[in-house]
Amino acid sequence: MALRTISIYRGDSGGGRFVDFQVDVEEGNVVLDVVLKVQAEQAPDLAVRWNCKAGRCGSCSAEINGHPRLMCMTRMSMFPADRPVYVAPLKTFPLIKDLVTDVSLNYQIAKTIPPFQPRPPDPDGLYRMSQEDVDRVQEFRRCIECFLCQNVCHVIRDHPENKARFYGPRWFVRLAELEMHPLDTADRRQLIREMAGVGFCNVTKCCTEVCPEHIKITDNAIIPLKERVVDLYFDPLRWLADRLKGKRPGAVGAQQ
Amino acid sequence: MEPLPGYEVHEYDVLVVGAGGAGLRAAIAAAEEGARTAVVCKSLLGKAHTVMAEGGIAAALATVDADDNWRVHFRDTMRGGKLMNDWRMAMIHAQEAPERVLELERWGAVFDRTRDGRILQRPFGGHRYSRLAHVGDRTGLEMIRTLQQKAVALGIDVFMETTVSRILTDAGRVAGAVAYRRESGELLVFRARAVVLATGGVGKCYKITSNSWEYTGDGHSLAYWAGADLMDMEFVQFHPTGMVWPPSVRGILVTEGVRGEGGVLLNNKGERFMFNYIPEYYRAETAESVDEADRWYTDKRNNRRPPELLPRDVVARAINSEIKAGRGSPHGGVFLDIATRMGREQILRKLPGMYEQFLRLADVDITKEPMEVGPTMHYIMGGVRVDAETAATTVPGLYAAGEVAAGLHGANRLGGNSLSDLLVFGRRAGLHAARYAASLAQVPSISGDEIEEIANEMYAPFHCADGENPFSIQKELQETMQDLVGIVRTGDELKEALRRIQALKERAQRVSVPGNQQYNPGWHLAMDLRSLLTVAEGIALSALERKESRGAHTREDYPKEDPEQAKFNLVVRRNSDGEPVLEKVPRPELPEEVRKILEEA
Repeated sequence: MALRTISIYRGDSGGGRFVDFQVDVEEGNVVLDVVLKVQAEQAPDLAVRWNCKAGRCGSCSAEINGHPRLMCMTRMSMFPADRPVYVAPLKTFPLIKDLVTDVSLNYQIAKTIPPFQPRPPDPDGLYRMSQEDVDRVQEFRRCIECFLCQNVCHVIRDHPENKARFYGPRWFVRLAELEMHPLDTADRRQLIREMAGVGFCNVTKCCTEVCPEHIKITDNAIIPLKERVVDLYFDPLRWLADRLKGKRPGAVGAQQ
Repeated sequence: MEPLPGYEVHEYDVLVVGAGGAGLRAAIAAAEEGARTAVVCKSLLGKAHTVMAEGGIAAALATVDADDNWRVHFRDTMRGGKLMNDWRMAMIHAQEAPERVLELERWGAVFDRTRDGRILQRPFGGHRYSRLAHVGDRTGLEMIRTLQQKAVALGIDVFMETTVSRILTDAGRVAGAVAYRRESGELLVFRARAVVLATGGVGKCYKITSNSWEYTGDGHSLAYWAGADLMDMEFVQFHPTGMVWPPSVRGILVTEGVRGEGGVLLNNKGERFMFNYIPEYYRAETAESVDEADRWYTDKRNNRRPPELLPRDVVARAINSEIKAGRGSPHGGVFLDIATRMGREQILRKLPGMYEQFLRLADVDITKEPMEVGPTMHYIMGGVRVDAETAATTVPGLYAAGEVAAGLHGANRLGGNSLSDLLVFGRRAGLHAARYAASLAQVPSISGDEIEEIANEMYAPFHCADGENPFSIQKELQETMQDLVGIVRTGDELKEALRRIQALKERAQRVSVPGNQQYNPGWHLAMDLRSLLTVAEGIALSALERKESRGAHTREDYPKEDPEQAKFNLVVRRNSDGEPVLEKVPRPELPEEVRKILEEA
């Protein structure tokens, strides 16, 4: 046991400040342990989200000493013992209270994504897919919706006005998972380009760096989606076919 | 509907409480049946405890072992539950589980595959064949995400971070519920013709548990206070393998999938001690030697199962005994070794979550060294007494499915049977709740006075000056249950536990919380104490009454199974003073055809 200082942001939409707490830290403690200890013993109204405490549910995202992390998977021993550990809420989302932010935007976006639409099964009623063909989709489905990727994405972190026209990394992972699902038949490319705004991503890979599930968000999800959109809109064969049918190039559905 | 001034009111045909596997599956079924449906959940959508399920979903798909079928699954479930199961529930479960898994695949779930492209299944404790459809060690996440996405596609209303505090009734029938938003602390009133409870378990009564803060027994308690029966509350499952070190991670689950993939349990002498703990009941189907056990993974026809894959109650007790006999690991557990059993690449593919969890939290690389594990409170087999076909409780309009319901698992649940339980009975609960709602000629009414009274009780901790900290009461309850109502129980300790719970009940009347009603966890816990104490008392009372050892219920003072006590289930319900009373409910005789299935080799 060692007495350490944890400095937790306390406040609400009206403002707030870091408050220092002295806590006995045990061997192996993670930041969430310490925050919960503060809550139980010193500040029962300290607001924090958490569930599984094992890196599986993605509830306890926060900015710890400025780095976006899951509190349950961040050991206190990572930080120098003689300095306070700062815990702040995610910056990109509006603050509700203390460490709890309003992430409802994500649930709104989820509703706009056309759902999984499978092809008919094999004659015996079953689906067959090889493991190799589902490996990539499984990578995307590891996502625990911690929204750390959304939090660090410059497109929305530094430009909140983009939230209306850019879905953010989590939702490109979701779209990529659907688009690359071997059974899926829907075409979401127009949405990916227009509503989701994949073009805004400038491939800085900040999202990939913070993903606790090590999903290669930029390389495996976003870049292939960008390519698909480009293929759709600038495929020369398609351009020629459309011209022959008398359509304007690139006009897919009601784009206007 | 008559107005309720001052409150936000919503009206639905079916209100589902809980958004884990059972709740979401129930909501999907109700919505597809045409009911106006809403889900209320304490956390954000997709964070419910189902997400923690690791190993897989048990269903006799027979993709790996062609000999598997529902009869064998039914038999395994009943034997694992020491025949205390509701046989009809166990039968429905085994018959319908395969279709429920295939349905998930149609909704977008991506399970690990066999070589010929079908759903891969892994072996698990108590299951005769490789039966668990899985995705590495994150099956629960796959399931909850699939159901969440399906529910979103159906446009089901979800009230996130909202806690239901009371079920409202009108002339004994369900009329709705009172809830509060965690964010604002504001009270919500739901008018609902039917309510489905899918609130999961009670782990937060215990100190060492794999369960999250949400598991405070809300549904058990809501049902109890609405007048429904709680059954089999003495049967609490301690999962054999939780983390034991460092102290702050004690209790976090280590999936049975480690053993399913070939992991073995060792004591500090390096012995595979499980060979010394094979119960007579399982001797004929368990390997006698290390060689036979090891051969079983590749040749199941000619070898018997390794003893590490005995049901959880057996393994948990064995580990407990090894530790007590001084043969434990340095930090009070035993060793679980996968490193010498499987290549690094394969471990990373099949158990990536376990690898990450041990590396990050315990500085242990499971591809190089053994894990230290010990029992952790994981699941309650007991719960709300329901009808096998419809998941209806004894209160008209009130349904229950998943961990909150009793019956399917009897005295001990097999791993993998929980996820399938959620799907099979979640669907049935939602479907029948919707049909019941449609059958009502009149909407039951709710009284403004009653809501006023509930509101006063809920906000009381803000008005109580110098009361106790709710966290202290929860901590004492957890220590009481851990020490006195744990894996091995005695009559004297259980009586002492009941005395302490009684005292805590009184103290819980006088808790106070600082701050305001906006996102205030201390206040939330103050309200959860009612549920925690209700279920803790139900568990201790039932455990004291069952004077035998059976399945997960072990009495040091009554170490043997007693056939006489297999003839009843214990039911707890409240009397008119709100105090719990026990009843022994006779169990029905097993029909001849069922007995035949159980006797099949």
